[in-house]
Amino acid sequence: MFYRESGDFKATYNKDQQIFTIALDRWFVILFVAFAFLVVPFLINDYWEKSVLVPVLVWSIAALGLNILVGYCGQLSLGTGGFMAVGAYASYKLTTAFPELNMFIVVLLSGGITAFVGILFGLPSLRIKGFYLAVATLASQFFLVWLFNKVPWFYNYSASGMIIAPERFVFGIAITGPNAPPWATYLFCLTIVVVFALIAKNLTRGRIGRSWMAIRDMDIAAEIIGVSPLYAKLSAFAVSSFYIGVAGALFFSVYLGAAEPTEAFGIDKSFLVLFMIIIGGLGTIFGSFIGAAFMTLMPVLFKNIMVGGLGWPTDLVAHLILILIGGLIMFFLIVEPHGLAQLWRIAKEKLRLWPFPH
Amino acid sequence: MSLELLNTLEVILNGLMTGVMYSLVALGFVLIFKASGVFNYAQGVMCLFAALTLVGFQTGQIPFAHLINVIFGTEYHHWSSDITGGMNSFLAIVLTVIVMIGFAYIVERFLLRHLVNQAPIILFMATIGLAFFMEGFGDLMWGANIKPLDLGIPSGGSFWWEEVTRTWATADSKYIGMYIDVLDVWAAVIAVLLVIVLTLFSQFTKTGRALRAVADDHQAALTVGISLRTIWVIVWSIAGIVALVAGIMWGSKSGVQFSLSLIALKALPVLILGGFTSIPGAIVGGLIIGVGEKLFEFWIGPMVGGATENWFAYVLALFFLMFRPQGLYGEKIIERV
Repeated sequence: MFYRESGDFKATYNKDQQIFTIALDRWFVILFVAFAFLVVPFLINDYWEKSVLVPVLVWSIAALGLNILVGYCGQLSLGTGGFMAVGAYASYKLTTAFPELNMFIVVLLSGGITAFVGILFGLPSLRIKGFYLAVATLASQFFLVWLFNKVPWFYNYSASGMIIAPERFVFGIAITGPNAPPWATYLFCLTIVVVFALIAKNLTRGRIGRSWMAIRDMDIAAEIIGVSPLYAKLSAFAVSSFYIGVAGALFFSVYLGAAEPTEAFGIDKSFLVLFMIIIGGLGTIFGSFIGAAFMTLMPVLFKNIMVGGLGWPTDLVAHLILILIGGLIMFFLIVEPHGLAQLWRIAKEKLRLWPFPH
Repeated sequence: MSLELLNTLEVILNGLMTGVMYSLVALGFVLIFKASGVFNYAQGVMCLFAALTLVGFQTGQIPFAHLINVIFGTEYHHWSSDITGGMNSFLAIVLTVIVMIGFAYIVERFLLRHLVNQAPIILFMATIGLAFFMEGFGDLMWGANIKPLDLGIPSGGSFWWEEVTRTWATADSKYIGMYIDVLDVWAAVIAVLLVIVLTLFSQFTKTGRALRAVADDHQAALTVGISLRTIWVIVWSIAGIVALVAGIMWGSKSGVQFSLSLIALKALPVLILGGFTSIPGAIVGGLIIGVGEKLFEFWIGPMVGGATENWFAYVLALFFLMFRPQGLYGEKIIERV
């Protein structure tokens, strides 16, 4: 009744190739984005910005990036934390070296630098696959974090070894630093997220995305029908690292403000992003968002209930949250291994027929 | 012998000892991977959990004391009033083994059984979930503070070995002798015993033969009437016992604490080097990684700022894979369309 394509006629090829082919779907997304851009900035306050909206947006980009590599191209990677660190340090070096630079350009350049590093660490994927590759990507995780700890040039020889984001502007409005208004950082992240989600969606629909999926489904068969594994795998690593680098740059400069590599970009971050895409759904753009939102908001929610509501001590609650996260991951994998996006797809199928199932 | 050579020898010796510790963890991985094709990330946390449980029994802690105290407003911590009034170490070990077997059963019943025929990555993720769960569960059950573990295994430097090695150096050099921890030697001895027992078990018992059959071919094993589920429980139990041994060794060395679960990550390059499916591979891989990272830290470390042990193993594994993607002893990967 609600959600169907009947009566929605497509007269041109362009119309037929829209991202959201169903009218209701399209309008819902447009309204949602419009709400996020036009209404939320007026309602936002510091708490919502720092603990809900900005982290969800930043992790969404990271999840999008990892989903391109793992979900679309089938190359399991545990180096996300390391690549985020590259993005963060690239943005730090750029903002301190060129104070005049627009933050948008800084973030894009950081992504580009991370893409280059990603290609380097993606080279082994041409020889090895599966779990072997996953362990090989651990090398990037530990090596990169170690590098940022040990080479003083990266943190501008500061005594503490930490990097602190200086105040930088977009069109005269502070985006980074302690004085940045919540709505500005939120809008900054939102713009980047929307643009990159659109790009990711179109990449995965196009020729390059199809070559990734061919490699994922069976690399030898893909090679035989003429997909170049070298090009497909390395491009997946490049695009994925670009996204993760952008996420790292935002995570450090907009969200954290100050970072120390072992703490902020440890192996737990790699696992966190991997959880997001597994729970959200491998190989779906929508799943990256829903997974990121789920994994960021669930601990916040539980913490609010148990510490705020029941008044339990925080260390106890931290253990309980670990148990709950672990339990939920196992539960989801058993109930729906294709993630929340699959549940949504099933719900849509049901809605199309409802209330007349035949 | 020259001082340089002696120092290098000492580094190699200590590297071998560390390698044995890595091998102990890697062994558990290989056992489970061979029998069920599950890449069990939770192996490290199983070490932690086993060690925590052992210490808990030994010191007579009440499980979930913290939670109970919070909910009911009580102040319980130990069974008896004095902290040393726990139970006998032997009894504690037996009880811990029983707990690990129960754990294996629960994992099979509530997790693996529902994930049959899923993609390997899904199973891998499930074990990461399991690792998180057990980490929280262990902390909740026994508390998160660092606990000393003392089973009466001797530890500390060996004076005898220092005396012996001092005579190797030229008389006028002020060489003070090699340092080697007795605990590490014990760990090596126990690891060797463990491997011998495991080999005997898998070669000469009916269950062991069934294990090897399952590892070789799941479907063929099913057709000749081997129950996969029973085998899985047995394998996870064995892995739990191996985890307990590794946990005891690491726990006696550095205290039972969260970082124990991170040695699982160090065991991964060991596995890669040796090949996922080979028990000798796990041992040799562990030794190579142990010696390699200590030597690298000794020779190259000072030039680049130290702490290279954090990443050396992974980078070594990475380069190794470039030349031999299946590891040292792994089966050759043959792919067909």
